[in-house]
Amino acid sequence: MSTSTRVAAKNRMGIGSLATGTYAMLGVLVLFVILPHFIPGYYVGVLTRVIIFAIFAIGLNLLMGYTGLPSLGQGAYFGTGAFGVGVMTVTYNVPHPIGMVGAVVIAGLMAAVYGLVALRARGAYFLLITMALTLSTWAIAFTWRSLTGGEDGFPGVTRPGFLPWSLTSEVNYYYFTLFFLVAAVVAFVLIVRSPFGLALQGIRENEQRMRSLGYNTWLYMYIAFIMAGVFGGVAGVLNAYSVGAISPEWTNILPSAEVLLMVILGGPGTIIGPLVGAGAIIGASEILNIHFPERWIMFLGGGYIVFMLFARDGMVGLVRRLLRRWSKR
Amino acid sequence: MTTLAQVGLNTASLASLLFLVAAGLSLTFGLMRVLNMTHGSFYLLGAYVGLTVWRTTGNTPLAILASSLTAAVAGGIIYWGFLKRFSVLDEMPQALLTFGALLVIADFTMWRWGADFFSFPGPAFLRGPVELVGGISYPKYRFFLMGSGLVLAIGLYLFVARTKIGALVRAGVDDKLMVQALGINTPMVFLGVFVFGSFLAGFAGMMGAPFLGINPGLDFEVLILAFVVVIVGGVGNIEGAFVGAILVALIDTATKTYYPELAWFSIYVPMAVILAVRPRGLLGRGA
Repeated sequence: MSTSTRVAAKNRMGIGSLATGTYAMLGVLVLFVILPHFIPGYYVGVLTRVIIFAIFAIGLNLLMGYTGLPSLGQGAYFGTGAFGVGVMTVTYNVPHPIGMVGAVVIAGLMAAVYGLVALRARGAYFLLITMALTLSTWAIAFTWRSLTGGEDGFPGVTRPGFLPWSLTSEVNYYYFTLFFLVAAVVAFVLIVRSPFGLALQGIRENEQRMRSLGYNTWLYMYIAFIMAGVFGGVAGVLNAYSVGAISPEWTNILPSAEVLLMVILGGPGTIIGPLVGAGAIIGASEILNIHFPERWIMFLGGGYIVFMLFARDGMVGLVRRLLRRWSKR
Repeated sequence: MTTLAQVGLNTASLASLLFLVAAGLSLTFGLMRVLNMTHGSFYLLGAYVGLTVWRTTGNTPLAILASSLTAAVAGGIIYWGFLKRFSVLDEMPQALLTFGALLVIADFTMWRWGADFFSFPGPAFLRGPVELVGGISYPKYRFFLMGSGLVLAIGLYLFVARTKIGALVRAGVDDKLMVQALGINTPMVFLGVFVFGSFLAGFAGMMGAPFLGINPGLDFEVLILAFVVVIVGGVGNIEGAFVGAILVALIDTATKTYYPELAWFSIYVPMAVILAVRPRGLLGRGA
């Protein structure tokens, strides 16, 4: 009896917090749906990039924000997903749906292999080992010219059709990526609210306690690591179609650093954080590219310093703190 | 036979250089538990500044001094300006902050010196080869590098094993909170060790230039190589860094000689194996 009331109370709390989150998410979704009709074509492309990087950041958020494992090597899976779909659909003429799924599977397998090495370490060691892994992936992509085109890049990736729509138009492709973003957000919410996701958060708070409670913490982290790789692969596939050409640099440190700052800036461990982060970073890169072309990396580095000094819980945390102070008054 | 001798000599040269960089990283990591990701940037920044000094004055010792001091000052700024604000427990925010600094310095050097590959011939009296028995000739400068590495290795070993600051480093590796609680770790000690570690990185930057050259991307390469050495040898452990430097240099040199196409991965293999077997390093003491 008492157990069932407790469960009911828990459910009510769950639904309550779900409702506010859902409203916020629906608001964002409506904005994303109507926005392309009010902005010039160029910015539809920018928004598409925001969406792709939001998917990328959601995956890393699962690893960093919910499991407590900040990775500096997500570019490996992003680039691998992109090259996977490019090589399959262009070089080997594989049908697009198979190429897309195959590329994501390859990115996931790569994460499964890299995870075995990276998860031997925690904390700052983990950061550096994931960075080393993405740098070696870059080296593979850069030197394997016959497959990836090396420094010349891999051109000629064409977008598939999707049911009756052609995706060559920027707006259609935008909605195509938006569909994946919605799927990613739904999948993410289901994951973090599942017992599995709660166990991940337990590991983030205290891995040793979770282990003593009988959880195989390594396996949980390993699965989260692979999931983050899969999200990265999906983002890579979408970016390959979006740009139409792939560069080995996608596996390098820069996309990894960008997506990590997106998660930090948005607010690790929040559902809306990666979307905020992706919007802010892509927006900032657009603006700064006009005024300070070629100095983007310096601003990116500055972003890390500023957020580590003043707002480690990101913009979402910052807003929450301000709201709390405001409501106390 | 000749190739074998070459591999041996190249290993010794690279190991000396790696030891210089890794020793500094190991000391700061050991004492402060801060993984300083700008360590490779200090190496590169120092080397660029040293190169500019050498080009304007032609004075090699002055260039090496400039390189070392630049890195030392940069290290002091990173510690005193930023890292000092953090608690000893905030390992991750500090690592991420230094990663930000790494990006800033990398972009600054790219801005100021461009993407070119620079070479630096070293001091005039050390140019040219030495003839060895068996018809092998080898650059004089590299023998100088090996000698410097060996002298510094002995000096650093004595520093960590015999001095009070060395004892603090060892204590910090074993139990950072205890050291903190005893009120020993004043910011000045931290600053001193951080500046000293950065000084070594800058020194290595100019000393290594006749051997590795100076180019963008070296910051990441040096950071990862030094980090692997620290992992292999164990944090805060000078003997470990010495053994680790030789091991890493041997693997790197042998791969680059016999399987040049694998050069990029050779270094991650020992790292992966050692992490899998002994996550705290071969000679590691604690975590």
